[in-house]
Amino acid sequence: MTSNSEQLAVQERVALPTETMTIMMGPVHPAMHGTVRVVVTVDGERIVHADVQVGYLHRGFEKECESVTWGQVFPYTDRLNYVSPILNNVGYAMAVEKLLDLEVPERAEYIRVISGELSRIGDHLTCIAAIAMEMGAFSIFLYCVRARDIVYDRLEELTGARVTHAFCRVGGVKDDIPEGWLEKVRGGFDEITGVIDDIDGLLTKNRIFLDRTQGVGVVSMADAISSGFTGPVGRASGIDYDVRKDHAYGVYDRLDFDVPVMDAGDTFCRYYVRMEEVRQSLRIIDQAIDQIEPGPVKAEGAHRVVLPTKNETYNTIEGMIRHFKLVVDGIQVPEGEAYTYVEGGNGELGFYCVSDGSGVPVKVRCRPPCFIVTGQLGNMLVGHTLADVVPIFGSLNMIGGECDR
Amino acid sequence: MGIELYGVDSLQKILGWARKYSMFKQPFVTACCGMEYMSTMGPRYDLSRFGCEFVQFTPRHTDLLFVVGTISERQAPVLRRIYDQMADPKFVVAFGVCASSGGFYQNYAVVPGIDQIIPVDVYIPGCPPRPEQVIDGIVRLQEIIQAGETHSQRELRQLAEAKG
Amino acid sequence: MSKAALEPVKKKFASEVISEHAQHGDETLVMKKAKIQAICEFCRDDPAVAMDMLSDLTAVDYLMQGRETRFEVVYHLYSTTRRHRLRIKLPVGEDGAEVASVTGVWKSANWMEREVWDMYGITFEGHPDLRRILLYEEFVGHPLRKDYPIAKRQPLTRREDPVEGIWEQKHILTGPSAGAHFRGSYDIE
Repeated sequence: MTSNSEQLAVQERVALPTETMTIMMGPVHPAMHGTVRVVVTVDGERIVHADVQVGYLHRGFEKECESVTWGQVFPYTDRLNYVSPILNNVGYAMAVEKLLDLEVPERAEYIRVISGELSRIGDHLTCIAAIAMEMGAFSIFLYCVRARDIVYDRLEELTGARVTHAFCRVGGVKDDIPEGWLEKVRGGFDEITGVIDDIDGLLTKNRIFLDRTQGVGVVSMADAISSGFTGPVGRASGIDYDVRKDHAYGVYDRLDFDVPVMDAGDTFCRYYVRMEEVRQSLRIIDQAIDQIEPGPVKAEGAHRVVLPTKNETYNTIEGMIRHFKLVVDGIQVPEGEAYTYVEGGNGELGFYCVSDGSGVPVKVRCRPPCFIVTGQLGNMLVGHTLADVVPIFGSLNMIGGECDR
Repeated sequence: MGIELYGVDSLQKILGWARKYSMFKQPFVTACCGMEYMSTMGPRYDLSRFGCEFVQFTPRHTDLLFVVGTISERQAPVLRRIYDQMADPKFVVAFGVCASSGGFYQNYAVVPGIDQIIPVDVYIPGCPPRPEQVIDGIVRLQEIIQAGETHSQRELRQLAEAKG
Repeated sequence: MSKAALEPVKKKFASEVISEHAQHGDETLVMKKAKIQAICEFCRDDPAVAMDMLSDLTAVDYLMQGRETRFEVVYHLYSTTRRHRLRIKLPVGEDGAEVASVTGVWKSANWMEREVWDMYGITFEGHPDLRRILLYEEFVGHPLRKDYPIAKRQPLTRREDPVEGIWEQKHILTGPSAGAHFRGSYDIE
């Protein structure tokens, strides 16, 4: 039995012919992260078609990599997923180490894990900040930025830079941990956990937040697998795949943590999976701090790969020649190709490197999880209202640097 | 626009004071510098202490265009359009080396500095610049505004003088 | 990567296999491009292979290596159920740079094929919407090809000074690049 207003609506639709309207949510938009244009065709409030145009931050990452040496690529990888730069560094370093069949010392692996997980915490905090701010909850943004500044402080003490670290090297990491750094990292846990608990209390059971995110942007598991979703977006749709658990690299097989998987596949799940992952990352860092042992931080004896120390460079002729050759000619990576994958902030971050035996790569391809996830945004938006564009897009955590490279 | 012609010192001083301490900002955020932009607006390196708090995403209501991050060739017409939509006097800050000069992306895809497209008042170098550098840049911009030496203010003065 | 993924594909499409290798543990099959759609459907549907996810689709330009076929389209396949991977490479020549699209097999291929078209100029037959994705429509050429010079700009916008004579545009050109890794010159004009 249709109600009076429904009958009226049907009558109106029959009597009044309607047209769709095309609206451009252009690259300059508070919630488009500055680099995506979504051209939506709406019928009233309902979206009937959405054309997502990316590429406004295409900076020629692959082309640049083909004209610099293997070691000079690291700053470019930083700027891929610039909210979690260490993870990109680690992925690329692992790809080159695979081509070289080079083993990384254990202490360097632990440092990569600790700094990588700190970066991941920064990534998820930024995503949660963006989701909340774009829906009007500005204080959450300020809490997250406060917690993220702590992460940046620690990473600055370790690497020298707050955002774009260029920390990893082929064969290890740039430098050892400064004195007292591990205790300081532990000291920051309370504040980060406090912020996550605050946000949990403010958003997870909030009627307004739930109404705007539950059931919105649902992606079924089959669609998610076919679309190549991995990472928090894939796990929110039920795909139980985390590179750190299923294809453990580095020292992740010695660390005990859970992987949050939810099955509704909507925006709320994508947000909640990230909250849980922050807690799990803190757990991982805690265990890594307990397990780390003193040792070298760069592969020893790898004279053709690792730069010599300053002492050697200035005082021995072999050191000087090695330094010169490695900087000017680059690491001579044997011919071949390799694909390595790490768990980036948004999913399986893969690096496919092709070498022809020289010091300059033939190809450095980054498999960008953000690009693949944004590819389905057009399909995800159909049927929703215009107001749903913002939460759906925010929950995908599209980072322009990785999407457009 | 006639006000520019008066040249009365105290009037200019008051105008400069009003303009520099209440800037309405349009953050044209594209890339990694956005992270430091968020930190600068955050609670620790509070930019609102300097009057620069209010953020608008429509250029018609703003007077400061804060170009944060790399501008690719595809984004360039968009940037030009946003700049054209702002009302005079308007100020432009190039935040980061990519906006200042293209940074280390000297290739087919990146505009080597936004001054290829729009006139820039303050360049803040850094990749990305620390929040303290950003605050330094904003304070420098405030000094220029007070002195009436931004590109836009100079242009308005010249136009007013040309009109007689 | 695993042999369990490679063997069934090799057996079923033995006529299409050009070579195989397992460098650094990554099982790779180099195959002829003609039946790629059938190969991909088999990889997805066969229960032993079960490649339900197309992890990556890209191309490599081997112009400098002087190969017979200039490009190679590379597919990285992954199975979420069996947790194994396979890499399939298709040599694609410069003339006739077309490959059948696999958007019907995996949805993720849609944007990845558009990117390969944009960057390399390899067309994908059967793709629902093959247009540029990372670059603008007015761009001429395919930049990731090795013969596209990296610093060749195609600007879309210039600055026109509203009032003449306020400032001159100074173009600072540095000298020709000396040395392999330092590019100092770019042409503004």
